Amino acid sequence: MADFGGDPELFRAEARTWLAENFPPSLKGVEVAMQGAVGEVHGDARLWRDRMGAKGWGTPTWPAAYGGGGLTPSDARVLQQEMNRIGARNPIGGMGIMMFGPTLLEYGSEEQKQRHIPPIVRGEIRWCQGYSEPGAGSDLAALQTKAEDNGDHFLVNGQKVWTSGAQYADWCFCLVRTDPNHKHEGISFVLFDMKTPGIEVRPIKLISGVSPFCETFLTDVKVPKENLVGPLNGGWTIGKRLLQHERNSLSGGGGSAGRFAAGKPIDELAKEYVGVDDSGRIADPDLRSRIIRHQMEAKAFMLTLMRAAAEAKGNQGPSAATSIMKNVGSKVGQDRAELAVEIMGANGLGWEGEGFSEDELAQTRNWLGGKATTIYGGSAEIQNNIIAKRILGLLDHQ
Amino acid sequence: MAVLSEEQTMLRDAAKAWVQEKSPVSAFRKVRDAGGEMGYDPKAFVEMADMGWAGVVIPEAYGGSEFGYLSLGLVLEEMGRTLTASPLLSSALAAASGIVLGGSDAQKQAWLPKIVAGELIATLAVDEGPRHDPVKTALRAEKSGDGFVLTGEKTFVLEGMAAGLYIVSARTSGQIGDKAGITLFLVTPDAPNLTRAKRTMADARGYAHLVFKGVIVSADAMLGPINGGYELLEKTLDRARAGLAAEMLGSALQGFETTLDYLKTRVQFGQTIGSFQALQHRAAKMFSELELARSCVEAALTAIDNDSPDTASACALAKAVAGETLNLVSREMVQMHGGIGMTDAHEAGFYLKRARVAEATYGSTAWHRDRWGVMAGY
Repeated sequence: MADFGGDPELFRAEARTWLAENFPPSLKGVEVAMQGAVGEVHGDARLWRDRMGAKGWGTPTWPAAYGGGGLTPSDARVLQQEMNRIGARNPIGGMGIMMFGPTLLEYGSEEQKQRHIPPIVRGEIRWCQGYSEPGAGSDLAALQTKAEDNGDHFLVNGQKVWTSGAQYADWCFCLVRTDPNHKHEGISFVLFDMKTPGIEVRPIKLISGVSPFCETFLTDVKVPKENLVGPLNGGWTIGKRLLQHERNSLSGGGGSAGRFAAGKPIDELAKEYVGVDDSGRIADPDLRSRIIRHQMEAKAFMLTLMRAAAEAKGNQGPSAATSIMKNVGSKVGQDRAELAVEIMGANGLGWEGEGFSEDELAQTRNWLGGKATTIYGGSAEIQNNIIAKRILGLLDHQ
Repeated sequence: MAVLSEEQTMLRDAAKAWVQEKSPVSAFRKVRDAGGEMGYDPKAFVEMADMGWAGVVIPEAYGGSEFGYLSLGLVLEEMGRTLTASPLLSSALAAASGIVLGGSDAQKQAWLPKIVAGELIATLAVDEGPRHDPVKTALRAEKSGDGFVLTGEKTFVLEGMAAGLYIVSARTSGQIGDKAGITLFLVTPDAPNLTRAKRTMADARGYAHLVFKGVIVSADAMLGPINGGYELLEKTLDRARAGLAAEMLGSALQGFETTLDYLKTRVQFGQTIGSFQALQHRAAKMFSELELARSCVEAALTAIDNDSPDTASACALAKAVAGETLNLVSREMVQMHGGIGMTDAHEAGFYLKRARVAEATYGSTAWHRDRWGVMAGY
């Protein structure tokens, strides 16, 4: 690990040189991490992933001891700027990076970190999240999947649902019940290989026609004791910490909420499909005023993301603004999709086949798929409960 | 909260302490009950000026500290919390900005030091009807000898009864609705043929209606270029809008916090009403809107300080979002307080009334939304 003496410009030169030598220009603007989430990666994409993985720069601030980049936050920002400058996207992604890795670094044993962090850093292992169950959605702590102590292993039986990417995942981090008599204090956090006998995965087809989530059935699955993270019955704290990482990743512009905001800017769509009046304004005044309201809210959200980042950098501690990000970000994304569908009329509702452009068909699917953003990762209602109780200090109803 | 410098933090803390000690909501109630035509407590404003707050956006050469709009916004936010009525916005921010941006050195020398000292209240006289829209300026200014003769009316003039100087927008050419042909003039209330009358509004501040019946002003009363005053006026108004948005943010924050305290103490059905989820989610919604509003207000004030090219757009966003937020909070403040919130003895009504008047001042929420849309090309 080179020491740049805290001078970001020295690091910038280093980063620029390394990227020039290692980033395949064919991948300018290409999302390699998304490919890696659903299948094998080949060619230049593989080369780029392997190089970034070996360098540790896909996880720039993770400790070098486990293969991470070991960079300071300010050097990591410089790296991001340099990557943006040449259109290089981070090829390492997924739940291992966004949620599980940071949580394991905080709560895992030394052996667990040595074993699981380096493959995440190299982008080799895909993780999935065994959290929700048919009877435990918003009330996650009601989960029933039980893990019985069987000497050297736990015997796990139960059913998980909404397991994102389970059909592609190599490993699962999972919340299980180890004490039926205590709700929150009876939950443990375990890890298992998805190839372990007794695991059956069934993709769930969603209203958007795709299957990003699965049902995961666990029947007499043997989980070695060494795969327990943190103390027995101490999994709820770890599980909640991981959810914080999840929400942070969902609210950012590049997160899932942002994914549903792809496509042409909404005002361009309106001008194309609705037309403009003599003074160049969107012809339908009611639609125009709702588009403006939406765009102003999107701008206010963006300014709030920037403000929270500036405050975090200014060492004011975590900004209270972060607690609103998931709800506002998901609402802005959904409002945008609703407006797009309305603007495009019948062409915004095409399902497949002739008569629709690729963008139009994608819009239909985005609109439907985006409905999940106010449900997963803690629904909008759960987020409001969290703000009311933790930020505003309002009491639970008795 | 934006990342503040040490000096800004000190200014904010000083304003917070002064407001809490010297100008709680009960001080506003006294001013309201006294029913005077000024609509504010002149002694309190002298104290504010003595602390330097009337010179925050005025260059040092004219006695100010040139500390910037974000800094003055911090003070206004604290004033807004307790509904402190004062000419800080109309005179020390709005009118002072117009003179700083468009005044000759002689005009600056003549007026700015007095504004800084709090000896003179200056204010903008722009609106002519119930809905703010500067391009609709109709008040005529006709050339006459070396000067001009002003004929027409101005209304909804903030601190209009206390003011010793008006910045009057007038039409020197063109038609109502034209941007070109507007000229600004500095007019004192003692000018012959100028009369003023109090307009009592719901927020109990000091508004005036002005009638110009052939008011003669000399050529050196002109502020900025002839026929090209619109740009200067809009730049000035945008500063006023951002400052007012900061004040409105403060009112919304306090309205929300007062309501939140009530949710935590009022007991019905054997528990605090804040334990009911229906109210918790509405409180969370308000909190969320307040966070967004703060981002917009700080972005607008910062844009002014940086002379950023998107300043006008940022100010329209701030005024619209602050207006919407304060509107929501003030409605909820009355509703969540229930019957007590309907009484004059409680302060909820003060916030509701101030909210709507502030919303109408320098352009309503709807007006700024449309304006923002036009600037964005929609």
